[in-house]
Amino acid sequence: MSSQPGSGRRPGAGALALLVGALLLWGAAVSLQAWRERYYSLPPAASEVLYFRAGSAVPRVALGFDAVLADIYWIRAIQHFGGTRRAASGDKSYRLLYPLLDLTTTLDPHFNMAYRFGAIFLTESYPDGPGRADQAIALLERGLAADPKKWQYAQDAGFVHYWWLHDYRTAAAWFDRASRIDGAPWWLRSLAATTLAEGGDRQSSRRLWQQLYETADNSWVKNNAELRLSQLQALDQIDALAALVRRYTQQFGRSPVSWGALVSMRWLSGVPLDPSGTPFELDSTQEGGVVLSKQSPLSPLPPQFTKKTGPTS
Amino acid sequence: MGRVIGLVAYHVFKESVRDKVLYNLVLFAVLLIAGSFVVGQLTAGQDIKIIKDLGLAASAVFGLFIAVFIGVGLVWKEVDKRSIYNLLVKPLRRHEFIIGKFLGLALTLLVNIAVMAVALYVVLALMNWLDPGLGKVSTEAPVLDPQLLKAFALLYVQLLVVTSVALFFSTFSGPMLSAAFTFGLYIVGHFNADLAHFEDVVKSPAAAWLGKALYYILPNLAPFDVKAAVVHGQAVSAGYIALTAGYGVLYAGAMLTLAVLVFARRDFK
Repeated sequence: MSSQPGSGRRPGAGALALLVGALLLWGAAVSLQAWRERYYSLPPAASEVLYFRAGSAVPRVALGFDAVLADIYWIRAIQHFGGTRRAASGDKSYRLLYPLLDLTTTLDPHFNMAYRFGAIFLTESYPDGPGRADQAIALLERGLAADPKKWQYAQDAGFVHYWWLHDYRTAAAWFDRASRIDGAPWWLRSLAATTLAEGGDRQSSRRLWQQLYETADNSWVKNNAELRLSQLQALDQIDALAALVRRYTQQFGRSPVSWGALVSMRWLSGVPLDPSGTPFELDSTQEGGVVLSKQSPLSPLPPQFTKKTGPTS
Repeated sequence: MGRVIGLVAYHVFKESVRDKVLYNLVLFAVLLIAGSFVVGQLTAGQDIKIIKDLGLAASAVFGLFIAVFIGVGLVWKEVDKRSIYNLLVKPLRRHEFIIGKFLGLALTLLVNIAVMAVALYVVLALMNWLDPGLGKVSTEAPVLDPQLLKAFALLYVQLLVVTSVALFFSTFSGPMLSAAFTFGLYIVGHFNADLAHFEDVVKSPAAAWLGKALYYILPNLAPFDVKAAVVHGQAVSAGYIALTAGYGVLYAGAMLTLAVLVFARRDFK
């Protein structure tokens, strides 16, 4: 390959020829691979594989790299949740979500956000999530066992009982437990009492989410609280709009077919929008005649409040 | 004696630089920077924790590979190239040769760990500067947490233990076997706490005694791992660091002494 005197070739010519040869071979290999994949399709991505079952042996097999493995499983849990949630297929299975979160927290028992976000993911009702409040509480209880001073886990367990299970007595007990942990905010004690006394009306729910919104130490928990507050606001708006629809029906003997009918009466200044900016819809088949658009990021609204009393604020 | 050892150590360091060992630092920095941008898209606001985990784990992996793959060749290469004959006719005693080799690799590892620590802090500072909100997501530990240095310090001492083990094996064995033995002891070193409680799982007092003996003989590497603790902002006391580092230094000293013993008895004729 060395250049010889008088051969006329520059010293780098050999290296350049090798480089070009390598590039050509690489290009041919890639083309061949693409050609093969046209006839023999690739196996599906192994996203449904767990690799390990949770267990006390796993952190030790990690040989000191347990935190990084926990991060990998945490990323997989997020991908599994987000991917399943956004999947177009009707049959959505979140069956790996809890095992992935279980592994993440087994590998890193102090992974604060895996407990808190994991509980949010697990409680989301189907099809936006698995709707497994029981698993969310189990996860938070594991977090409390690992870090007994984390009052946030007890508070979150109270929220799960309050919002998803509508078990206000147990929710109050969790808030009370959280309030007794060193460093817990003062309002948890009054929240426990309010929850026990007022149960799940819209006003006490608003107070509860407002407190969480104002004290959240990270954007995800804050965003979740903001979503719930917006849903409560949308419910109030629906009640107010339903009253207008009723008034119109009584006055004209028929339901309004569009918002324009109410705008022309000057009862509304324009098409009413929910807090996310999505127009509300008229639907005479539904009670009250007003519904949240399915396109709205606030959909679905929490069922326990949809047939409740009117606006409270 | 000190000067001779220093010269050997300097040559080992120079050779590792010439062998482009420090190129792994570039790889480390690229991995960290690329990782920091990728995880930001995937991790639901846990970027800082994951960058710290990734940085510390990558330091441990790169350090382990340097310690093992250079460590096992330190003596073997000289024997294989027959340069050991030239060295031993010089005013260089065998123990000076072994200690010098060890210190040279220890210096290489120190430079590696120091640069990796600086790179990790730079990436964290950069991420914090680009998005100051990231630091608020993790309330457990500050973004530029000085506690990370404790993890790097214990990691370094752990690598010294691994280096001493690799060097010990390289005094009487080829590089493949030495690497296998060293990796084997590295794995055992993360499990050997079980041996301390062997009597709970076996009935035989002799087996329990053997387990206990092995617990003290084999390197105990798990206590050097405080990566998760510092990332979560948990306190790692100075006393713990001093005792663990002291154990590491003494264990490495014991392995070096054994290496000198074996090497002194080797016949190169």
